[in-house]
Amino acid sequence: MWRYAGLAAVALTLGACDGPLSTLQPAGPVARSLAQLGWTMIVGSGVLLALITGLFALVILRPDRAARMSGRTWIIWGGLVLPALVLPPLVLVSLIAGERLSPSDPVPRIEAEARQWSWTFHYPDHGGAQTEDILHLPSGQAVDIVITSRDVIHSFWVPRLAGKMDAVPGRENVLRLIGGAPGVMEGLCAEFCGLDHTHMRFDVQVHDPEGLAAALSTPVFAPEP
Amino acid sequence: MTAPRPDIDPIRLHKALTRIWATGPGWQRLAAVNHSVVGVRFMVTAAVFFGIGGMLAMLIRAQLATPESAFLGPEIYNQIFTMHGTIMMFLFAIPMLEGLALYMLPKMLGARDLAFPRLSAYGYWCFLFGGMILIGALFAGVAPQSGWFMYTPLSSDVYSPGINADVWLLGVTFVEISALTMAVELTVSILKLRAPGMTLARMPIFAWYILVTALMMVLGFPPLILGSVLLEMERAFGLPFFDPERGGDPLLWQHLFWLFGHPEVYIIFLPAAGALSTMIPTFAQRPLIGYRAVVASIIVMAFVSFGIWVHHMFTTGIPHMALAFFSLGSAIVAVPTAVQMFAWLATLAHGRPRWDVPMLYIFGFIVIFVCGGLTGVMLAMVPFNWQAHDSYFVIAHFHYVLVGGFVFPILAALYYWMPHVTGRLSVHRLSVPAFWLIFAGFNLTFLTMHLTGLLGMPRRVYTYLGHEGWTALNLLSSVGSFVLAMGFALIAIDVLLQARFGPRFRRDPWRAGTLEWATPTPPAAYGFASLPRISERADRLSPGEIGRTLAAGEGYLGFARNGWQETLGVNITTGEPDQIVILPRPTYLPLVLALTTGLVVLSMLFKNYALAVFASIVVACLFVWGARSAGQPRDHGPLPIGLGLSVPPHPEAATSPAVLAMGVTLIADGAFFISLIFGVVYLWLVAPNWPPVEVIEAGLTLPLVVVTCLFAGPIAARAATVALRRQGAVMPWLGVQAVALLTALAAVVALISGALPDPQSHGYAAASFALLAYVCLHLGVAALFVLSNATRLRAGFIGPRRNHDLRLTTAWQDFTAISGVVAVGVVLILPRMMTG
Repeated sequence: MWRYAGLAAVALTLGACDGPLSTLQPAGPVARSLAQLGWTMIVGSGVLLALITGLFALVILRPDRAARMSGRTWIIWGGLVLPALVLPPLVLVSLIAGERLSPSDPVPRIEAEARQWSWTFHYPDHGGAQTEDILHLPSGQAVDIVITSRDVIHSFWVPRLAGKMDAVPGRENVLRLIGGAPGVMEGLCAEFCGLDHTHMRFDVQVHDPEGLAAALSTPVFAPEP
Repeated sequence: MTAPRPDIDPIRLHKALTRIWATGPGWQRLAAVNHSVVGVRFMVTAAVFFGIGGMLAMLIRAQLATPESAFLGPEIYNQIFTMHGTIMMFLFAIPMLEGLALYMLPKMLGARDLAFPRLSAYGYWCFLFGGMILIGALFAGVAPQSGWFMYTPLSSDVYSPGINADVWLLGVTFVEISALTMAVELTVSILKLRAPGMTLARMPIFAWYILVTALMMVLGFPPLILGSVLLEMERAFGLPFFDPERGGDPLLWQHLFWLFGHPEVYIIFLPAAGALSTMIPTFAQRPLIGYRAVVASIIVMAFVSFGIWVHHMFTTGIPHMALAFFSLGSAIVAVPTAVQMFAWLATLAHGRPRWDVPMLYIFGFIVIFVCGGLTGVMLAMVPFNWQAHDSYFVIAHFHYVLVGGFVFPILAALYYWMPHVTGRLSVHRLSVPAFWLIFAGFNLTFLTMHLTGLLGMPRRVYTYLGHEGWTALNLLSSVGSFVLAMGFALIAIDVLLQARFGPRFRRDPWRAGTLEWATPTPPAAYGFASLPRISERADRLSPGEIGRTLAAGEGYLGFARNGWQETLGVNITTGEPDQIVILPRPTYLPLVLALTTGLVVLSMLFKNYALAVFASIVVACLFVWGARSAGQPRDHGPLPIGLGLSVPPHPEAATSPAVLAMGVTLIADGAFFISLIFGVVYLWLVAPNWPPVEVIEAGLTLPLVVVTCLFAGPIAARAATVALRRQGAVMPWLGVQAVALLTALAAVVALISGALPDPQSHGYAAASFALLAYVCLHLGVAALFVLSNATRLRAGFIGPRRNHDLRLTTAWQDFTAISGVVAVGVVLILPRMMTG
């Protein structure tokens, strides 16, 4: 009873996949392909879960039928053949996806420096403009975010554009982003970084070229959270 | 000597054995060393910690039920989620599986107790006191607050001043001592203390699971202990292992932590799977199908699990080739899991499945664990991981894995084995609704979290604003979690009612096929009145019939002799008896030793290092003193064990449990040392700000003295063994060893204080210091071995046929020499590698 009530509630909320931080409402090609991979695997997992639950029901309810396959056959088909059919294609597809999402061709760079508990973004291509807790991105263009930390480990995440990348003191990590159509969304710190981790968020604005130049000519500071 | 006659009157035999084995009443309970008593204590204490951890979870869900809630502030919230994870991992899951194994193994293997009862008791007290330190800190408001994973630099003294992080490092390490003692105890007991005729291939499948688990603990816990020691040294003394400004690297902590942390998941899952592999055949009413395939899959799982720790670090900026390797490994681990799953399904398919409460939980396990396994494969795919990592999706995933893969099987095991502990059957009135509350509540709480995570909610935030689309989902999770809690409350009531009012039964209520049901229930202190001979796989026996014959004393050792607590030791592979293991009686020593160890921990926590050193010396002396009269003061030769066989007592046997235990301990120590070498090489190759300005200026004399003395020790130890065999003078050789050890110790200390740059200056100097300190520690312990040898030789406990003490010393000295030469070598060569 309860379980079905829960499932029904989840089904209802599934209609609402949108949100300023939703990976299921991608706003750029990178996040879109990540969401596609996610949906594919969610559907596949659902099928496999149904298969195994169904087999369990079968062996309990109709053991005479289930016993037609020998024990060895059960183990070989379920334990070896099934994973062999599912895993290699999955690993291959995701490896290819991963490589395609992290090319090394030179594109404009933006430096993101994390500290407890805010973000500073530095734009070398725009005369060294600098913004606090707000990230301005060009529309439809690839950008490499160079991520560093001044103190502890943080993690840079704009869910609607790409996956996350840690900000580790002592090293530089690079994350490739491609902004879609102009618009606003949000980003946050995804690695626990102490007392005010919760509020270490930032705004993201994707601009057309004129908008970007305007935004970066007068540095914009986000209001204190 | 004539064989004592088997006592054919079961009642008289019961009384005679009980007099020897029973734990005393009243305060003497604190002296208990019996595996049934200690095992139940482990499980009950772990269940209490589970309750505390669960209440913390309730607080978390209450806080997150609505946006911008003012119920808990971030200071409290950070402590609560850190402690929730820490308690559930270190104070619930691991001790619970240890308790189950302690209680079950001797009974399943047909032995009367485990190999080292005093070690079990010490392990229990360490677990209890370590847990109390952590819980005490929680009530004092100074609990750890850097997350259960304690990532540096957040957990370093700069960003976490105060005692909180030290509580975690010291408290958890204290509990880890307990885990390591249990790992040694369980490994040796399974290999050595079984019923005659029980070869490895005839062991009940549960013993295979625990054997592999115990070996994984032997290898998996040392990296975490090392990480904790290094981080505590950084916090307390400023040695920069993880500080990138001074040649350390915060990612080293993550490697060491997950090198432990990933196998940990399988360490938790395997015993639960072992319980499933024991229960499912009982309810299918046929033996397990695919016994060999299951054993093979457990071993494969153990190996693979050590190779995939980096999948917790996919977003740290690691090179892509490494990502591909670890992603593949993480997917491959699904194969041995699937093999076991389908072996269980096949067993049910070919049996006549019977439905009872444990089967309900097995059903719950299959649905929930399969779901968690599938999301695990999803997370192993690197691009998906970049999105889902550190979001609520991951929380959902690992609760499906751990609750599905551990809590549900343990609840099945609770209903299956509670009758064994209490001697009473369960009544179904509460257990069925309790199951459905737990199953529904769990899915409502955590199924929703998958979506919350994909909507972008990160982990470890104490609140959210309300516009993100997470509000309804969080409320659903909170409601579900309270349904779940009601289910657990019902179970607690159910268990109490069962223990008090459940109907009694004779023997073997489930018609099971394993030996534990052949003991009296509730179990007698001695377990079996006599030990069976096993001539087939020990999961297809008829415990009801066997139990009657054993109670009548018709097996081995069906008598009371000399007031000895006797059980049989067997050849590891053939299972033929080769010694009588005479076990120690109840003693307060484990309690006193654990209290003193606790004093060491507390004095380090409050930075009273003089007291810490003093208490450590007391601990060392207690170890030597506690061993003063172990074994036998004279040779007995072979003694009859019944059924026409005679074997010697363990001090005169070729391979006693102690010799084997030393081997296992040295494997753990080796894992610790290799982790340390890994750390040093990692810093050298990866850490920023290398090479250092100053390096070691050692010259040749000191290193030569160290190496010479390191080799002199083992040679003198061998000479002592030869002298003992030829009945020559042993003492002088002990003296030579002592001189060699102390000279080496002095020379290493001189290297540290005279030749090494200040360890606080750079990661290189700190790492070199750690290596040399490791050598010092081993030399010191070797000296304790020699001291113990001398006292025991004088007291007559060491003789030409009772030479195990000297063999233990030799093994330790060998290890000290090899690791010492490697350590000193690395310290001396590293500067040349950096410049050259």
